[in-house]
Amino acid sequence: MPESHIIAEGLTKRYGDFAAVDGIDFDIKAGESFGFLGPNGAGKSTTMRMIAATSLRTEGRLEVLGLDANENGPEIRSMLGIVPQADNLDEELRVRENLYVYGRYFGLPRAVVNERADALLEFAQLVEKKKARVDALSGGMKRRLTIARALMNEPKVMLLDEPTTGLDPQARHVLWDRLFRLKERGTTLVLTTHYMDEAEQLCDRLVVVDHGRIVAEGSPASLIRSYSTREVLEVRFGTDKNEQAAKTIEGIGDRVEVLPDRVLVYADNGEQALSAVTDRGLQPVTSLVRRSSLEDVFLRLTGRSLID
Amino acid sequence: MSEQTQSRRIMQGIYSRNTRSVVSRGMRVIARNNWMIVLTGFFEPVFYLLSMGVGLGALIGSVQFMGVDVAYAAYIAPALMAVSAMNGAVYDSTMNVFFKMHYAKLYQGMLSTSLGPFDIALGEIILALFRGLLYATGFMLVTTLMGLNLAWTALLAIPAALIVAFGFAAFGMAITSYMKTFQHLDFVFFLMMPMFLLSATFFPIEVYPEQIQWVIMALPLWHGVDMIRMLTTGIIDFSIIWHVLYFAVMIVVGMFFATHRLKSLFLR
Amino acid sequence: MTTPFARTRRMGWWYVAEHRIRAMRNYIGSFFIIGLGSPVLYLLGLGAGLGVLVNERQGAEAIDGVSYIEFLAPALLLAGVIVSAAQESTFGVFGGFKWTPIFLGMRDTSLTPRQIVTGFTVGTMARYLPASAMYLLVMYNFDIVNGWRPLLLLPIAALLGLAVSLCVMAWVATQKDDRGQLSFIERFVITPLTLFSGTYFPLETLHPGLHWIGWISPLWHSVELGRLVSYGSEQHGWLTLVHIAYPLALIVLGWVLSVRHFTKRLQS
Repeated sequence: MPESHIIAEGLTKRYGDFAAVDGIDFDIKAGESFGFLGPNGAGKSTTMRMIAATSLRTEGRLEVLGLDANENGPEIRSMLGIVPQADNLDEELRVRENLYVYGRYFGLPRAVVNERADALLEFAQLVEKKKARVDALSGGMKRRLTIARALMNEPKVMLLDEPTTGLDPQARHVLWDRLFRLKERGTTLVLTTHYMDEAEQLCDRLVVVDHGRIVAEGSPASLIRSYSTREVLEVRFGTDKNEQAAKTIEGIGDRVEVLPDRVLVYADNGEQALSAVTDRGLQPVTSLVRRSSLEDVFLRLTGRSLID
Repeated sequence: MSEQTQSRRIMQGIYSRNTRSVVSRGMRVIARNNWMIVLTGFFEPVFYLLSMGVGLGALIGSVQFMGVDVAYAAYIAPALMAVSAMNGAVYDSTMNVFFKMHYAKLYQGMLSTSLGPFDIALGEIILALFRGLLYATGFMLVTTLMGLNLAWTALLAIPAALIVAFGFAAFGMAITSYMKTFQHLDFVFFLMMPMFLLSATFFPIEVYPEQIQWVIMALPLWHGVDMIRMLTTGIIDFSIIWHVLYFAVMIVVGMFFATHRLKSLFLR
Repeated sequence: MTTPFARTRRMGWWYVAEHRIRAMRNYIGSFFIIGLGSPVLYLLGLGAGLGVLVNERQGAEAIDGVSYIEFLAPALLLAGVIVSAAQESTFGVFGGFKWTPIFLGMRDTSLTPRQIVTGFTVGTMARYLPASAMYLLVMYNFDIVNGWRPLLLLPIAALLGLAVSLCVMAWVATQKDDRGQLSFIERFVITPLTLFSGTYFPLETLHPGLHWIGWISPLWHSVELGRLVSYGSEQHGWLTLVHIAYPLALIVLGWVLSVRHFTKRLQS
């Protein structure tokens, strides 16, 4: 059994009457890749900030690398690599200087900082850009620089808040590749995301959060197994007709879910479900059979879509 | 004993003894990008000195300071030095800190490292004082060339200006922890305006009724102006001790207050 | 029947101005306190303080035939106008391209660069005209002015404000990055103008080599006009014409250049 890196019990953050995080428990092991999946405003970022000790919890227990988060901010962060949701690079400094200055914030000696800065420019594929101004970088490059920066102190745990939100597909894949390498090296990754594909790619285990609470926990595959079927049939009948058609479909597959623009039929065999639908005399405008994803898990658990 | 452990425990959550890295980042930025801004900041009091000292000076002639006639330009020069120390320190510890926190997100980055809020606050104050030192030295050079420093004690006006700046910076930092929007900054500057106008900057406070004089003498800028004026004119009496003491208290209280507000300023 | 597009073609500038005025409503609280507080403080502080000194040395009606506070009041009102107008044009315009890019949003509608320029400057009037009106109110209240003619200070303020807004805007619209040069306007243009435009003392008091600052300064021209309407200072008729024509010329020049720079920036 590997040691625990982060332990939370009844972790709560209140702003006035509003509980952004409402009593959650989790235990993240060394070397694990752990994800918080949930829509905007679910409390993921607040949780991340509490782990980083840049936001103080209101109640509960939170131990990061064996230290109480409310009391030991600087010491905890000396072992963390933090990648915030919005890049907060130092725009007044050049690319390489960002790494250098950041390393100095950890109190590392100049020689070490210089050596790591060069190695990380390589890792982040930014060697040619090392003298560029930060505001001249593309979104993907900024993100890679932010990740490189977070690695300056050779952290035991990386905290990644929405690491690929807002990037184009190609930039996302480059980033996932870099994160995967970190995982292979044994770095503990903690990430938040509202993308199912990202969670499926990167997480060994994840919790689904909604309204500041954990609603389910497990590996991506086990979550899909417990809360969804193997396949999903998506059929569209036109905006006003979906509701009506769903009534006729009722009974096909395990479960039927009506969304404003389409009807989802959860079944282990999508093609069979589709022929059952047409057998009942319905002619969908479009139809699609796909594998179940975490989106379906989320819909099942909360009755809402992840991205609204 | 237990009190000592407690204070160590508080500091452990907010301080990593690495203020040096914050200062060195600031110096790097000043050297690279901001030296023009720093340079131009020096001109403001000079413009005031030239305009008010020369223009108004022609209308007013001389003013009495502690019973001695002093040429008008020599009368306002030390006041402008104190005002510039106050303005620079307040600007750096309020507007600048607020902007870096909410817009440039600079502190967010710093707080992703082992730095604590105390390292950052102290670093910003040291940088503000460094700027203050540059301004004060530049201004002294100008006033010396204009023949407005009437005694060798004028040299002490530079450390005096730093004391003034330190007091205002510590307090400014504490006040910033309560600010939510830029409009709150307007109020800070609005409160500074009467201090600037009335603290014996451009005319002796004796023109006012005694009650108003007491109010003005309770405000920090008046102490700064009077202290620096004593030093540059060489008309010094024992009361300068009270000015120094006033700022000593202001620095201690301001730093104490700021340190205790740091968690609410940085760790929301 | 008018289509919405035809209405936009005619009234587009007003929609831009409306946007600005709406945004300013957020500041209404601080606006009233500062708008009323600053004239009271300045007039009481400087007029009653500095005024005592000046009147004592020069005689009660020695400056332009009136007391110091009567001489000073219209100039302070107008100096406030150029500070606000320049600030809005500096940070509002730069921000509109960069920080909160409202101009880019407007470009994507059927608004034209001309309408954006006109609307923005008209909207800015909502910041300095009510403030000027409050200043004027305080002046009437302190018996510094009387009769109807001082009301003409408001159109004078409008003329001055538009001239400054548009000239500053024409330059700021060409700036792509803020490397600190934005603060140059306040430090090297606006502050010196308020100090050397005959605001605190007659221009003639200055060395003749510095009088040109007043001649090119829109503030000086407006202040001369302002003194004419508030206490009937002596003035040649043709000079009055110059004082009106000069800001008008700046308005035309500033508008043409601003439109050119906005067009280039928004369509590239």
